[in-house]
Amino acid sequence: MAKRGVALRGRTLVALVLAAFVLVALSIVWRRTIGIGQSEFKPRRDDANYPELVREGVTLALNDAKRELKDMEAVVYSLAPDALLGIGNAERLGVDAVGARNKRFMRINTGGATGISSVITGWTHIAAGVCDVVLVAGADKVGESGDSQTILNKIWDPTYERALPLGTITMLAMSAVRAMHKYGMTEDDMARVTVKNRANAAKNPKAHLRKIVSMQDVMASRYIAWPIKLLDACPQSSGGAAMVLASERYIKRNKLDAVWISGVGHCSESYYMGDRMGNKIMADHADAHALARAFERSYKMAGIRNPAKQVHVAELYAPFSNTEFHAIEATGVCKLGASMRMMRDGFFDLGGKIPINPSGGTLCTNAIAVSALVRAAEASLQVWGRAGEHQVKGARVGIASGNGGDHQFFGTMVIES
Amino acid sequence: MELLKRKESWNIGYDHALGETASYFFAQVRDNAQIYGRLDPKSGRVLVPPRAFSDQTLQPTTDWVKVGPRGKIEAFTIVYEEFKTLPDPPYAFGYVLLEGADTAIGGFFRGVDLRDPAKAAQQLKLGTRVITRFGEQRTGSVLDFWFELEGKGGKSKSGGAEVGYE
Repeated sequence: MAKRGVALRGRTLVALVLAAFVLVALSIVWRRTIGIGQSEFKPRRDDANYPELVREGVTLALNDAKRELKDMEAVVYSLAPDALLGIGNAERLGVDAVGARNKRFMRINTGGATGISSVITGWTHIAAGVCDVVLVAGADKVGESGDSQTILNKIWDPTYERALPLGTITMLAMSAVRAMHKYGMTEDDMARVTVKNRANAAKNPKAHLRKIVSMQDVMASRYIAWPIKLLDACPQSSGGAAMVLASERYIKRNKLDAVWISGVGHCSESYYMGDRMGNKIMADHADAHALARAFERSYKMAGIRNPAKQVHVAELYAPFSNTEFHAIEATGVCKLGASMRMMRDGFFDLGGKIPINPSGGTLCTNAIAVSALVRAAEASLQVWGRAGEHQVKGARVGIASGNGGDHQFFGTMVIES
Repeated sequence: MELLKRKESWNIGYDHALGETASYFFAQVRDNAQIYGRLDPKSGRVLVPPRAFSDQTLQPTTDWVKVGPRGKIEAFTIVYEEFKTLPDPPYAFGYVLLEGADTAIGGFFRGVDLRDPAKAAQQLKLGTRVITRFGEQRTGSVLDFWFELEGKGGKSKSGGAEVGYE
């Protein structure tokens, strides 16, 4: 199935050969030339400045795959809004950390979707036949500003909306109230997502928030923006991530093991949140319509007709507990409004029918520039059978997603072993 | 070893041009306490806040249409956490579909006791009828107006002028 439906010249299927995240630990070389490491994401990384943090991930990734910077033909640089880092166009500074001098280099920014957009851009380089091996890398230090919502208020239009205290939390709290109204989603439903993801993160040594919490803990935590409470919200993480993508030709020539990117998709939504409510709407702010379209595009490329039966694991970008529901529904594994009941029934638990965010997800770790890259990497680890304690048994088909902007920019991937 | 940090801040001023469409909108808010939308002739939808072109049909909008002052809540949140440079909590804001409009416009909700989150959320639930209130000192900003629950009667508790009533 991995190779079916991929309309690329000469079977230049793009494969993920490796993904490594800053900070080690799992950089054990399992197989001869391939490896996946993962980062221990933290609130701060005072032992490394920004380019050093980028370099750390890159070095680990290359060592793990027994590849060198000189082998990389192009670099896609994963970097979200500059102000989160506090360095304007920080790709200028990061270019040395990824060894891009004399090479093709481009920065990608689609907000929270940046990481997956970067991986898909790396894929595009190879699918176009331009490169055989591409490095995708980035890092974020969200903890250094300590107030991402003030920064994220600046993503709103200064003409009509900036004067309002909009931020990503309030934007997605408003998605939650619409889901409550439309589908009967409750605060208990939301809390259940956090309990699940924290239990998963406790098994993932790279996750930032790893403490197991109870329903009572979540419900007793203070409100940030009703109905989102502290424990319904992601942390501000610092860390980095890198992946190496290669063509099938390169992998065969170098006798590498790999998992396969069999489908990719993007889709965008219009800007104004107020256009996703009211009369004659084309998309409801309760849902993630454009994410659903992005998944349809990935599935078409991968030849997936029935995701509920064909997908074994999903790593979905969901920085607040409520947003995991509309992300799940966008995957097509269930109908709109059906995911809360399935969550209650344990359908999405590690050990359930389709585990969602076995890594703990963005809810437990959010280094924004690379969060969606981590989704792709985690889905890869799962289908590779190398996810450690949070491994989904027998997973062969995984999906990943990223959401960015004003609930606007969405990227998806299908990854198969 | 001792790890050092360096404190930096960004404080950059801008003088953003609003363009013709938004300039008309804000001048009407400022001078006449009136909210206007723009008609998309192809779809018949009235866009509020007004845009020069439609996000759906991609056509230029053509006519100004008076909307409000009554409307219903389409989305809300109540913020209890303090964020740097944002207002002191608690506060409630969200989106309202004004009468005559097809898209919702953002604004603060005032006159609701926010001390009990559950009760306040119940008062602001989707579909709740609201009325637009305008401040007496208007500068041509979305902060010149806000929304209060309809049917509370009498003068605005939050000090707004009684303009905006039909």
